[in-house]
Amino acid sequence: MIGTKAARADDVWKVYGKEEARVVALRGVSASFERGKFTAIMGPSGSGKSTLMHCLAGLDTVTRGTVHIGGTEVTGLNDKALTKLRRDRVGFIFQQFNLLPTLTAAENIRLPLDIAGKKPDPQWWDTVIGTVGLGDRLNHRPSQLSGGQQQRVACARALMSRPDVIFADEPTGNLDSKAGAEILAFLRSSVLEHGQTIVMVTHDPVAASYTDRVVFLADGEIVAELENPTPESVLEQMKAGEVLV
Amino acid sequence: MLRATLKSLLARKLRLVLSGLAVVLGVMFVAGAFVTTDTLGRTFDKLFAEGYSQVDVAVTAKPKVAVSEMEGEQILTPLPASLVDQVAAVPGVAKATGVISDDGARVIGSDGKVVTSYGPPRIGMNWVGTDDLMQMRSGRGPEKDNEIAVNEAVAKAAGIKVGDQVGVLTQLPKQTFTLVGVWGYTNDRDSIGGVQEVAFTTPQAQRSMLGKTGVFTQIYADSADGRTSEAVRDQIAARLGSDYEVKTGQQLADESSAEFKDALGFFNNILLGFAGVALFVGTFLILNTFSIIVAQRTRELALMRALGAGRRQVIGSVLVEAFVIGLVAAVLGLGAGVGVGALLVTLFGSMSGGLDPATVGVPMAAILSSLIVGVVVTVVAAVLPAVRASRISPIAAMQDVATPDRPLTKVTVTGAVIGAAGAALLGVGLYGNDSLWLILGGVLVTFIGVALLTPLISKPVVGALGRLFSWSVPGRLGRLNSGRNPRRTAITAAALMVGIALVTGVTVVIGSVKQSIATTAETTVKAEIVIGGDQNGPRPPVFDEAVLARAAAIPGVRAVGGVWNEQVLLDGERDYVTATDNLAKLADAFGSPPLPALKSDQMAVSTEVAAERGWAVGTVVKAQMPRGEEHRYTVVATYDEERVPGAIMLPKAATKEFGLTQPIVGFVRLADGATVSQVLPQVKALVADSPEVNATDRSSFVDQQLSTFDTVILMVQVLLGLAILIAVLGVINTLALSVLERTRELGLLRAVGLGRAQTMRMVTVEAVVISVFGALLGVVVGSGLGAAVVQALEGEGITELVFPWSQMAVYLGLAALVGVLAAVLPSIKAARLNVLAAIAHD
Repeated sequence: MIGTKAARADDVWKVYGKEEARVVALRGVSASFERGKFTAIMGPSGSGKSTLMHCLAGLDTVTRGTVHIGGTEVTGLNDKALTKLRRDRVGFIFQQFNLLPTLTAAENIRLPLDIAGKKPDPQWWDTVIGTVGLGDRLNHRPSQLSGGQQQRVACARALMSRPDVIFADEPTGNLDSKAGAEILAFLRSSVLEHGQTIVMVTHDPVAASYTDRVVFLADGEIVAELENPTPESVLEQMKAGEVLV
Repeated sequence: MLRATLKSLLARKLRLVLSGLAVVLGVMFVAGAFVTTDTLGRTFDKLFAEGYSQVDVAVTAKPKVAVSEMEGEQILTPLPASLVDQVAAVPGVAKATGVISDDGARVIGSDGKVVTSYGPPRIGMNWVGTDDLMQMRSGRGPEKDNEIAVNEAVAKAAGIKVGDQVGVLTQLPKQTFTLVGVWGYTNDRDSIGGVQEVAFTTPQAQRSMLGKTGVFTQIYADSADGRTSEAVRDQIAARLGSDYEVKTGQQLADESSAEFKDALGFFNNILLGFAGVALFVGTFLILNTFSIIVAQRTRELALMRALGAGRRQVIGSVLVEAFVIGLVAAVLGLGAGVGVGALLVTLFGSMSGGLDPATVGVPMAAILSSLIVGVVVTVVAAVLPAVRASRISPIAAMQDVATPDRPLTKVTVTGAVIGAAGAALLGVGLYGNDSLWLILGGVLVTFIGVALLTPLISKPVVGALGRLFSWSVPGRLGRLNSGRNPRRTAITAAALMVGIALVTGVTVVIGSVKQSIATTAETTVKAEIVIGGDQNGPRPPVFDEAVLARAAAIPGVRAVGGVWNEQVLLDGERDYVTATDNLAKLADAFGSPPLPALKSDQMAVSTEVAAERGWAVGTVVKAQMPRGEEHRYTVVATYDEERVPGAIMLPKAATKEFGLTQPIVGFVRLADGATVSQVLPQVKALVADSPEVNATDRSSFVDQQLSTFDTVILMVQVLLGLAILIAVLGVINTLALSVLERTRELGLLRAVGLGRAQTMRMVTVEAVVISVFGALLGVVVGSGLGAAVVQALEGEGITELVFPWSQMAVYLGLAALVGVLAAVLPSIKAARLNVLAAIAHD
């Protein structure tokens, strides 16, 4: 049943360049991400984990194979449809917080809704703002916020439109461990309490331990999966992977 | 260091092309001006040399009332016929010929319209046979007073052939002649330099061109065999004395050519004016570009400093970059200028009909001025950014580069001081010594002051303007973006301001002058109908004096007054005078308090002139008329200025001595109860056979008289077009940079669902806000400048201040359009950004 999967990749290939300069980033990756689950994609650099996420999110095109978000096939959509997809059904959290410096925190949070010409649901707004815990800083501009606070604004922005899936690309990469832990706890709680689907790319075993499931990539292929990970089990798997290589 | 500089130059091609283009345009006009003037100068050297090649020695009278080219048309003082024999009797003279040759013979073509000329004179002359250059094409020379011959240029332009009845307008109203001959010139030419020539018999030429018989404008003397022209010239000069000018053909050619080059100087100045505006606006653009480049290279420059580069080396590196750009732009501009020059010369040649332009040359002056102007402007504009670059501390290399918002206090205070200095300069220029240079300097300095104040006002004004576009999210983002870097927004807008302020200022002044004149005319002149002509050549068209009497005889007409104009020496001082057939009737036609009809030795003057010249009723004034005679007039009345059309009124008898012996304007006042619609057609019928003269109601006459002002406004608007073009480059430049700087932001916006069209709209709104801001500044500053000038002219009778609201609205609209156009490329670039690459961009 399609409805139970928030995002799905079927035999996805991604090839850059031609002939001698050919680099295969993904070789026939198939993976699905269930609704209301928090999934981590891990792997050494160059393993294709970011590429996989970009292809899943419709930010990058695939060379072969199909990608679905919800019931929609993403592969083959034109720019207009992709824009609409990103607007309505996908949320993003980037490593570098990527807020608009000209807008206040609150304005940044409602930006995707504004772009789509929608009004925020007041109850959901209060819920998200409450969980993010920015309080009186909502009317500050990004330059007046700390890194952790900025990333929380980015998380709230991603949550606000209740997308089918949120893609997070190393969301704690630029934060100290305390701020990072706060963000991860926040993401975890939005999955548990609000049934949000999140796919996160990370190389940090501690970050991965906040998720329900970890998918390991190496050389463009899925090499292992781990349910209910702990930092230790993730680390172990990573070490095993290295031995394999 | 040099290699690093050149490498970074190449890395920013587009931006440099854009800012360099402003210099190219400016230099193009500088070079174009010199090339055009030089080529036309040589063309006319050749032309005049040929034109006078058939003349050995020419005798003319010294002008009695000297009038320069800019002040009106010189009236030739005639030579008596007896002088021809005197010259012929001088030893060494083989033959002396009395010649009449003067500008102002207008042929009416077969279509009933006057044959126009764009520059070359329309000569009326007496037929003295053909010379070595002339070739009869058909027929013969005129033998009877009702016959004429014309050159091929006239025949072709008028569409007439031998045997036709041809109307000719001269000093006399329309007369009809039989065309008996058409001549051309050697090498199959229709004319020499496009000059139109009409040849009459000698007595008819005298009547038509000089208003009386028995006189000539020149005497040509042929030197006898073995005598040089110079020797004969000296002989004749010794015989005739100092009242006459005796010159060789060579001298005349040189003098005419020199005189013509003076007139070309004016043209040259216009082109240099274009260049000045282009370069001034271009300076803003270059300054902005270099500021941005320096800001973007902060890390790189800091690294250089950290590696041991001195502050001077950093300044040097930026200036070398400017020098290279300036040099390249100057060379390109020079090339384009030669093209523009060639184009203008060709255009000039074809417009004047038959001018054979010399080959286009590039004078040293063009090369030197182009290179100097291009390089100096660019380097000077780069000095400030260079100094700023040198202040970057080496530590900046290690820090994250964020261009901090520097406080605006310093720039604002400087702007206020410079602005005040500009206003003061302007004030002194306007009220103190009426110096054009002070006024221009004041305007320039004011512009700089305002430009420096712009960052401060940009925040609130741009914010307010942007609200117009805030109804959509892209609009709001665009508005916020335009307020992000007040300095950059300000300088981009200031570039647009200059052009629009100039044109607005001129429009305010001219509009106010026009309105003031029109109001004065409407309120003081009672005459409902005016007879007058469209001037189309050096002298205004005239109509038959008899028309005045016939108009007065039309039922329903109360009074008719005719007007003649001339410049006359009164007690040794040149003055514009007006003559009328009957001052009493003219005063009545005007609706002023009664004035006496003048006897042939009486004059009337305005109280102002009387006070100025120390004249009173009873004063006898000595008048030197332009045709040579002297008269004495007794002042018999004084009157308020503006109550009759002239400050000095002479009797009708004086008009015999005028350059134009027929009236140029007639004022017709209707009796009570008569209507314009009744009388006007009958007056029109009286002048129906003069294509250049018409009868109109008063307000159309005023409009027609003021229509020359519209030409001035049009010329200034062309200037605005150029300034706008350069300002557009500035807006494109700024936007392209904004897009580049905000790549990551754009990627983010696209990632969260901003569509391509929305992205384009966001960039466009930013451009429109900046452009409209610039136009708004320009309209406000221009209105201020214009109002200041109008205020200063109040004493001259300019009492009404008129703001061209509709034109201002057009300028604002135009600016919005400019914004949209300037945004096309940058917005496409923004919309096409690869989302993924943009987010990864740092």
